[in-house]
Amino acid sequence: MNGKVIKERVKDYEGYAIPDGNTPLIKLEDIGMTYKIGDVSYEVLRKVNLSVNKGEFLSIMGASGSGKSTLMNIMGCLDRPTAGRYFLEGRDVSNLTSDELAEIRNKKIGFVFQGFNLIQRLSIVENVELPLYYSGMPSKEATEMAMDALKLVDLSDKGNKFPNQISGGEQQRVAIARAIVNNAPIIMADEPTGNLDSIRGAEVMKFFKKINEERGVTIILVSHDKNIANYGKRLITVKDGIITSSAIIEAKSMI
Amino acid sequence: MSKRVKFAFFLDLKSAYKTLLRNKVRSLLTILGIIIGVGSVIATVSIGQGASVAIQSSINSMGSNLLIILPGSSSLGGIHTGFGVLPTLTLGDVHAIRKLPAVKTDSGNLGMPQQVIWRGNNWSTLVMGASSTYTTIRDWPVAQGTFFNHEQVASAANVAVIGNTAATELFGLINPIGHIILIHNVPFTVIGLLSIKGFNAFGQDQDDIVVIPITTMLEKIAGTTWVHAIAVSAKSNKDTAIAQSEITALLRQRHHIPLHKPDDFFVRNISEIAQAANSSANTFTILLGSIAAVSLLVGGIGIMNIMLVSVTERTKEIGIRMAVGAKKGDILKQFLIESSVLSLFGGILGIGLGFGISSAITAFSPLKTIVTTEPIVISLIFSLCVGIFFGFYPAFKASRMNPVEALRYE
Repeated sequence: MNGKVIKERVKDYEGYAIPDGNTPLIKLEDIGMTYKIGDVSYEVLRKVNLSVNKGEFLSIMGASGSGKSTLMNIMGCLDRPTAGRYFLEGRDVSNLTSDELAEIRNKKIGFVFQGFNLIQRLSIVENVELPLYYSGMPSKEATEMAMDALKLVDLSDKGNKFPNQISGGEQQRVAIARAIVNNAPIIMADEPTGNLDSIRGAEVMKFFKKINEERGVTIILVSHDKNIANYGKRLITVKDGIITSSAIIEAKSMI
Repeated sequence: MSKRVKFAFFLDLKSAYKTLLRNKVRSLLTILGIIIGVGSVIATVSIGQGASVAIQSSINSMGSNLLIILPGSSSLGGIHTGFGVLPTLTLGDVHAIRKLPAVKTDSGNLGMPQQVIWRGNNWSTLVMGASSTYTTIRDWPVAQGTFFNHEQVASAANVAVIGNTAATELFGLINPIGHIILIHNVPFTVIGLLSIKGFNAFGQDQDDIVVIPITTMLEKIAGTTWVHAIAVSAKSNKDTAIAQSEITALLRQRHHIPLHKPDDFFVRNISEIAQAANSSANTFTILLGSIAAVSLLVGGIGIMNIMLVSVTERTKEIGIRMAVGAKKGDILKQFLIESSVLSLFGGILGIGLGFGISSAITAFSPLKTIVTTEPIVISLIFSLCVGIFFGFYPAFKASRMNPVEALRYE
């Protein structure tokens, strides 16, 4: 009975997911998120079901307050849902401890935020090394990998500079390098072009597209900008805590 | 795993160092309490050590392995007198004590203040009747001339050996040897000048003295047959206790004291006095040191305060670190290392300050301070512990942050 309900919902919102027989990379089952502030509780997400396959470029759109950032925080293992189950590579991660989630973020997920979120005190290469540092890689190897990642975003000559010495677009590319340095299979990008003009924004998006196509990294992009969201291959819309639409983006609709 | 720990620790140290350098003034103000605390602990302990050594050497200057025998007190008809008033010690006692196995030599002493006259000058000084062994017992050689010998004591010769202060007062720059001085209207020939001994542990000028043979003193000046004190030099430091019991037994026998009666004399061991003086110096040092240690605690609270501010300021950084995979322990460690480096650095600067204070005291005061490794090691470890202890709460607070909220912090 219960299984049937889930199946129906899956049909509703995942009609365009490509079933390839493999376990989906991300699978959300009836995910709900309720915040309690005093006696009032706010239901930010209600019964969200979503599957993301490996190598997808998924855009999540929604107005502010729609719950899209909360959804991304849950998928990024930064937060735990208050209801439902979340399977990452087939593993239930909805009830892990904060240290176990930190381990998953370190190994599986790279983040790119609107505000770049680089540590000002550390040099560019040290910022990129940070995930490797927490995964315990020896210093020399970490620096080599960080330089490789910087090369991928065309910033190999800026490694010794500090975040305040480079432009916003470059800072965001550093953040991308940091997200991919650990060879994480998933990148979560929350409004990555929000602080950039359209030219720099397009430049940053070019790199997301590149790492998605060349390295097969799954990208989940949150944006309220239709133009940016259109870089993805699939678009879902979130409104009032539920997914209201899901569509494959035609290649020609880009630009 | 150990590779990871090593790498992480090194980077944390580097990061802590960088963070502290970024806020130089703030870091310096934060550790000021630790600097002052460690500095004053080291300075006070060095003063205490210096004072202790000064007391020790001053007591040693009274003589080596010295025992002093004083006449006992009396309680006749309900009136209790102090030590040293009973006429119980005689020159016979002195000669008997000299034959004891643990005793190297002794000297019967009778000192009394007298007006000493040379030509138009007069000076009130301590005139000390002593045996020829006096210089040995007191470790006090003559600077010029000679001390009186055993024959001169036996014949009650009118010879005197003069201390430096008394000589200066009476003779000025004139060499006193060969001159005749008057003591109690009795003429004495000055045959020797004692070397300078300085002040004793009780602040008396030991050089303000004229020493004459004890026999001369008893017959011609004091007109008595008993001595004020017998100074005894034991054969070695560990013989002092044996000598003490030998003397007690001998004198009880010579004075015909029945078993149930108390001694009519009193034997004092100078090393006991030294120990007492030392322990009071130590108490003083501990007292001062603990007051100084309180400022270390206050310094620790300063560190906690700044670390709390630092954690709040760097909420976003904590969020970023958590997002890329830092665990609670990683964040905790980072801030603990930072506060430890901070306080350890304060400790090192404090040691420098302590050294500075104690060498300034040595330079500008008569006290010679002594800096030992013990307080340095202890205060370094203590300041590290202060850093860990007071850094723990801020670091714990940082490690319990929610990554989503920390990332949202502006």
